[in-house]
Amino acid sequence: MTDTAISSAPPADRGRTGRMIVYAVVFAIGLALAFAPFLFQDVRSSQVAARICVFIVLAASYDLLIGYTGIVSFAHTMFFGLGAYGAAIALKGMGPGWSAVLVGGGAGVIVAIVLAVLIGVLSLRVKAIFFAMVTLAAASVMMVLASQFSQFTGGEDGIVYKAPDLFKPAAKLLTDGDGKVLKLFGVSMNGKIAAYYFVFLCCFVLFLALIRIVRSPLGTVLEAIRENEMRAEAIGYRVVAYRTSVFVIAAVIASLAGTVWAVWLKYTGPETTLSFAIMIDILLMVVIGGMGTMVGAVIGVVLMSLAQFYLKDLMEAASSATANIPLVPNLLDPDRWLLWLGILFILLVYFFPAGIAGTLMKKGSHR
Amino acid sequence: MTAPSIETRDLTIRFGGHTAVDAVSCAFQPGELTVIVGPNGAGKTTYFSLISGQLAPSEGRILKGGDDITRLSPSARAKAGIGRAFQLTNLFPKLSVLENVRLAVQAKHGIGPRLFRPASSFRTVADKAYQHLKATRLDDVAGLPAAALPHGDQRKLEVALLLAMEPDIFMFDEPTAGMSVDEAPVILELIDEIRKDTSKTVLLVEHKMDVVRALADRIIVLNNGELVADGPPEEVIAMPIVREIYLGIPADEAAA
Repeated sequence: MTDTAISSAPPADRGRTGRMIVYAVVFAIGLALAFAPFLFQDVRSSQVAARICVFIVLAASYDLLIGYTGIVSFAHTMFFGLGAYGAAIALKGMGPGWSAVLVGGGAGVIVAIVLAVLIGVLSLRVKAIFFAMVTLAAASVMMVLASQFSQFTGGEDGIVYKAPDLFKPAAKLLTDGDGKVLKLFGVSMNGKIAAYYFVFLCCFVLFLALIRIVRSPLGTVLEAIRENEMRAEAIGYRVVAYRTSVFVIAAVIASLAGTVWAVWLKYTGPETTLSFAIMIDILLMVVIGGMGTMVGAVIGVVLMSLAQFYLKDLMEAASSATANIPLVPNLLDPDRWLLWLGILFILLVYFFPAGIAGTLMKKGSHR
Repeated sequence: MTAPSIETRDLTIRFGGHTAVDAVSCAFQPGELTVIVGPNGAGKTTYFSLISGQLAPSEGRILKGGDDITRLSPSARAKAGIGRAFQLTNLFPKLSVLENVRLAVQAKHGIGPRLFRPASSFRTVADKAYQHLKATRLDDVAGLPAAALPHGDQRKLEVALLLAMEPDIFMFDEPTAGMSVDEAPVILELIDEIRKDTSKTVLLVEHKMDVVRALADRIIVLNNGELVADGPPEEVIAMPIVREIYLGIPADEAAA
C-alpha cells in the first residue's frame, strides 16, 4: 500500500530535528553543570548551579507522576521536605558526619515510602481531582507539623547545622608541595568543590535512574495508564498497583533530592523545602519544559532558575541603560521582574503548548 | 463432562430502572464459536463488559472453567485468559502501534514491573509483538502513533491487541465494523484460524449475516437484555422471533 508508506515516513522525520536540538541543549546544560565550578566561579553561581541540579531531579521525578502517569499530586514538596528534614535533624542531633546523612536520609526515605503507600492505596482509586485534594491536605498537614514541632524542626526559623567535614571550605582535597590547597584552573580544590560535586553526582545518578525507569517496560505501562486507564486494566495491568508504585518511586527520589539539598544548604526550613511556592515552581518547570519528556524537566528548571536569579539583574542593567527615555526605565524597573516573568511564561505556553521539549520533540501528554 | 470454558448464571445488570442484561444463563465450550446477535440496545456489549469485568453485575455469577470469577478485577480476568476487543476503538492513542501491542504481550509475560532495563531490550517481546502486527497486516505502520492510523487500521490494531493477550476466550465486538471491503477478510480469516484451535472459545458480536453464516457454530440472540434464542445457525436464523427482531416482520406474518 503506497499511501501507508507515504504516511509512515514524515512523522518519523518530523520530530527528529527538534529532538536533536533538545538533546543538544540538554547535553550542553549537562556539561555546563559538570564544569560549573570552573566556568562560573562566584558564590552565587555555584548556588544557582546546585539548585538547578537538585531541582532537575525534583522536577523530573514529578514529571514521572504528572507527565508519564497522569497523576496530579501537590505533595511532592512534602516528600522533598521529608528527606531534607531527616538529614537536617540527624546532622543537628548527631553532629556533622556521613552517618548522620545516611541515618537522616534513610529515615526520610522510609517515612516517604510509608506516607506514599498510605496516600496511594487509600486514594489512587478515586478520581484525579480528589487525589490532588488529598495530596494537598497531606502537604498542608506536614507544613503545620513542621512549624508546630519546633523543638525538632526549628519551626518557621528552620534548622542550621554543619555539613560533613569534607565539605568545609577549609577542607583540602588536593595539596601542593607546601601543604597548601592546590588550585586547578584558578579554582581551589577545597570543600566547596567537594560539596558541589557531591550534589552534582547524586543528582546525575538519580536523573539517570529516572531515565532508565521511563525507558523500561514499566515506563510504557505508565504511559498506557495515562493514555487509556480502562484499556490498560483490560489487557491485564493492575492500574492501582502501578499508580501506587510510581507514586512511591517518585516520593523516594524526591526525598533523596531533599537530603542532597539539605547537605548542600546547611540550612533546612519551610521556605527551602516544604512551601507551596516551591510546589508551584516544580509544576511550572515541568509544564514549561514539557510534560512526559523527562529532558523537558532539565530545560524547564534551567530556564526558571536563571529567570528567578538573573532577570532582576538583567532588568537593572536595562533600566539604567534606558534611563534617559521616558517610561521605559519604569517598566524595566527590577521591582517589576515578576510581571516580566509572567509575560515570559504566557509567551512560552503560547508558542510551546506542549512545553519546550514536548513541542520540539512532538511528544508529551498534551496534544 | 468438563466444565464449560465460560459460563454465566442468571447474569443481570440494572442501571436505575433499566435492566440491560436480564438473567442470562449461557455456557460456552472450548472449540466453539458463538455469534451473539440482537438489535441495537439489546445488551450485547453490556454482556461482554460483564464477562470481561468492566461492569459488575447486579445479580448472577460468571464462571471460567468452573471457577467463580464474578468478583475478579478486569486485569485479573485478563490474566486468567479472558480477552476482549472493543467495539469502539479503545487504544493508547499517543503510543506507537508497536508499543500498543508490546504492552499486551508484556502484560501476558508478566514483565510490566521490570524497572531498569530498556523496554526495547526484551527481544522476545518485541518479536512476538511484531508477529501479531504481521498477522493483522500492520507491520508497515508499526512506528506510527495509534491515533494517526486510519479507522480500519485502528480496528485491526484492536484485534492485534487481543491476539497479543493470547487468551483462551476471545471476545470480538463487531470487529469488522467500519472496515473497508478488502480489510475485513483479513480479520475474518484470523477469527476463522482461532476457531480451528479446539482449546479456544470465541464469542463474536456481529450484524452482517454473511459473516454470521460463514463463521458461527452457534448463535444466541439477545433482545431487551434477555436471551431469546440459542442454537445452530440455520435453526436460529429461521426462527420467527429472530426474523421479527431483525427484519421487523411480526412473527405471525413471518410464519405465514
